[in-house]
Amino acid sequence: MADKVETKPMPNAPDPVTRNLWYVVAATDELPPGQVETTMLLDTNLAMTRGADGEPVVWLRGDEEKGDEIDAETILDRLPVKNAYGYTWTCLGTPDADLFPIPEFAEPDRKNMSCGSIGIHVSAPRAVENFLDMGHFPYVHTDILGAEPHTEVKEYDVEVSEERDEVLATRCRFIQPRAAKSATSAMEVEYVYRVPHPFCSVLYKSCPEDESRQDVIGIFLQPMTEESCRAHLLQSMIDSYSTIKDMRRFQQTIFGQDKPILENQYPKKLPLDPRAETPIRADKSAIAYRRWLSQKGITYGVIPQAS
Amino acid sequence: MITLYDFELSGNCYKLRLLMSILNLPYEIVPVDFFPGREHKSDWFLRLNPFGQLPVLQDGDLTLSDSGAILAYLASKYDGSGLWFPNDPAIIAEVLRWHAVADDITATSSAARLALGYDYPFDIEKSQKGAHRIFRIMDEHLWFGEKQGRDWLCTPAHPTTADIACFPYVMLSEEGGISRQDYPALRRWTDRVRRIPGFTVMSGIFPAGKALEQA
Repeated sequence: MADKVETKPMPNAPDPVTRNLWYVVAATDELPPGQVETTMLLDTNLAMTRGADGEPVVWLRGDEEKGDEIDAETILDRLPVKNAYGYTWTCLGTPDADLFPIPEFAEPDRKNMSCGSIGIHVSAPRAVENFLDMGHFPYVHTDILGAEPHTEVKEYDVEVSEERDEVLATRCRFIQPRAAKSATSAMEVEYVYRVPHPFCSVLYKSCPEDESRQDVIGIFLQPMTEESCRAHLLQSMIDSYSTIKDMRRFQQTIFGQDKPILENQYPKKLPLDPRAETPIRADKSAIAYRRWLSQKGITYGVIPQAS
Repeated sequence: MITLYDFELSGNCYKLRLLMSILNLPYEIVPVDFFPGREHKSDWFLRLNPFGQLPVLQDGDLTLSDSGAILAYLASKYDGSGLWFPNDPAIIAEVLRWHAVADDITATSSAARLALGYDYPFDIEKSQKGAHRIFRIMDEHLWFGEKQGRDWLCTPAHPTTADIACFPYVMLSEEGGISRQDYPALRRWTDRVRRIPGFTVMSGIFPAGKALEQA
């Protein structure tokens, strides 16, 4: 084994901004209490479990194997942990005290659920960018999130909120044959996209069941290496009829369609040089996102702009 | 009424959805939360199939499991043309031989996909190598077939359940890090399967390009 490891290129150390961020590593309910689960974050092997109190514990993995029995009490050298939005978040550096807010999650009549943590062979920022893109709806999510001939991405607004340090795209509209599990007919759906974290995005879309409210879908990317990540999908829905299982299935169907498209993107890292790829008007939010990453000094999972 | 216990992202479940779509057979779906819920290991599901595997299909009082077995059942019972599972001893043997290959494709290509995408503790490299070995043999078999005017895995001049059984995890191989670039005859065969009348997709498998449709 040893000589094999040496032939692999040394991973780039993550830049300080990336290193100090909070990342989802598991849906908390899916962590088996008293058993080791293993994963990777920023080229670093992690082990995790839950204690008798149900609280997640994460640490740098030694010789633990997935499925080993473990008493969380015996783990003294722990990484910082937050249990938020149904997920276990951790950090390899020095994290901010707070995570970005998703206030809707706490509304009592919402159905909140993880839709699975799915590995994808692409950089985390490429996955964020795909999440922001409406142009692919009719072609990739045919007859669900879009259908020909309604392929136009209408003019929308993008800003970077100084106060909240996040990219915000508003007034995004799209005609969708089946906007959600709860949809019974085609509708023009309005979206708001937030990118409140370099590797996380949250979207708000018109709710088929209640015109005055919005369904919330979050994608939290766990960068495993610069060119691979796990996507943790959160749904926070207003839907009094569908079961959690049905809503999960709907979201997994969508994500399963995105996966091969994402994995065929080349290069797998996101190029930040504005001349590297040719954007169209519909890519306005992607342009703002790339610029925002550049200004933050993020170099992990991206091809930085030549200085 | 036919009921399929189904997980959208499962290639083995898709085999049955695909054949039933081709045969224009109505059926109901009962979703099973295979991932992340592991519902195929739950008590209620184990009562349907003690092996804890998808898919399960119920037809009246019959409860069936194993995708290859169910393909044979559905075709024998509902395909009036008799083409999909021909009632001929030599051809039955040929079709079942490829159903077994389909299981080997599941054990390799699907295992690599589950390891990379769904955090299953399978040996990725070994699974990928195993899939390449099978794809190489299939590519040769199909290449020689094309030279002899045979478009499908088995001898008849039309597709059989063998083609349905082998198709999904060939198509999903890239999710397991297994490229099909070196298997041109295999790729041409996947295009032919995607042009079978009644073909339907699953998440991760796209229809064949319309522009290439033969007149």
